[in-house]
Amino acid sequence: MIREFSPADVVYMLAAARWTVALALFAMVGGGLIGMLVAVLRIVAFRPANWVARAYINLIQGTPLLGQLFVFFFGLPLLGIQVGAWEAAALSLSIYASAFFAEIWRGSLQSVSPRQWEAGAALGLTYVQRLTHVVLPQAVRIAVPPTVGFLMQLVKDTSLTALIGFIELTRASQIISAATFAPLPVYGTAAAIYFVICFSLSRLSQRLEKRSHAAR
Amino acid sequence: MNYNFRFNALLPYTGEILRGVGLTLQLTLLTAVIGLAIGLFVALASSSERAALRVPARIYVEAIRNTPLLVQLFLVFFGLPSLGIRLDASVAAMVGLSINVGAYAGEILRAGFQSVRSSQVEAGRSLGLTAGQTFRHVVLFPAIKAIYPALASQFVLLLLATSVVSSIGAADLFHQAAFIDSRTYRSFESYALITLAYLILTLAFRALLSAIYWLVFVRRSRP
Repeated sequence: MIREFSPADVVYMLAAARWTVALALFAMVGGGLIGMLVAVLRIVAFRPANWVARAYINLIQGTPLLGQLFVFFFGLPLLGIQVGAWEAAALSLSIYASAFFAEIWRGSLQSVSPRQWEAGAALGLTYVQRLTHVVLPQAVRIAVPPTVGFLMQLVKDTSLTALIGFIELTRASQIISAATFAPLPVYGTAAAIYFVICFSLSRLSQRLEKRSHAAR
Repeated sequence: MNYNFRFNALLPYTGEILRGVGLTLQLTLLTAVIGLAIGLFVALASSSERAALRVPARIYVEAIRNTPLLVQLFLVFFGLPSLGIRLDASVAAMVGLSINVGAYAGEILRAGFQSVRSSQVEAGRSLGLTAGQTFRHVVLFPAIKAIYPALASQFVLLLLATSVVSSIGAADLFHQAAFIDSRTYRSFESYALITLAYLILTLAFRALLSAIYWLVFVRRSRP
């Protein structure tokens, strides 16, 4: 039975878009936690830790996300962990995001001049005080715009999870397209929904960037 | 865990994997060149003073950069036939990827052109260079040097992104993973091996791009 592409389908797609957003948010939190750890390993004064962190970042950034999704989707059950599409998608997107967050945050931390550390030491602050009161506030200000920018990247990347069968916006569009044989309006609608989410995020990132420049 | 990994089950498919590597490299290089050409037009149009050129260029760039590549590919491959444009999977893959890269390359090139100060252009013109000569020697070369790192990492991302074209049935390296999986029923091994093959490709590609940078920009600028 072929039916028309109707407003009800758009509602279904919007409902599926919630999973797109949920997945991106989950990957941001999960990836943020792992990424923080990797960023620290990348800069601590202990060479082997730096190597491990660099190898991790190169491995993740040097392989396609699509490949990582399939490896987790088929690999986790071999470890005796039964996973559905959501678990595989959430885990691999978190790991994928962590490598990028680690690099963004390492760059932000290192872009704070070493003199700031020295100045803090000269004022008699301890290492932790220097980190939390002198360096981190400046690094965070630098890191926020690219972090929001990457979140927009992440929203787009969630579309790949459709290919392991996770029902988010893209997979929902495939389903409706198959039922209505109207691929152009269906995928056009999907693109429009992605556009609204991503454009808001990229505008936000640009505004934050302007503001952080103004504050300097 | 009592699973026996059998990577040697994939050995008979070395030929397929190598063919996939070739196809992926072909697709990457071809779309990089076409995307760069599109990007050059887009960058010139979006820094133009004529709104008739600037506005369409901005719409194109924003539309592409704010939607996923996968949806763009679906629109080209499944959507265009309803407008009477029927493309082969591999052609659709090329068209979709080129349009995608064009927008990103356009943004990078625009930033590069803006990095060349207008006083440089005026200096070039006052030395008697034509507008075209000024653009080529004063704007283009330094601009490309400034944006080369950004462009290079965009092309590495492109190499990885080409894996998505397997989803519309175009034959590339990632497509071979599904093929080998269907023959051997070794899903994990197939996808893990192909994913690692991409790692080798990216590392080699990055090394090549740095070598080009050194040859073109570092060696040339030495006295």
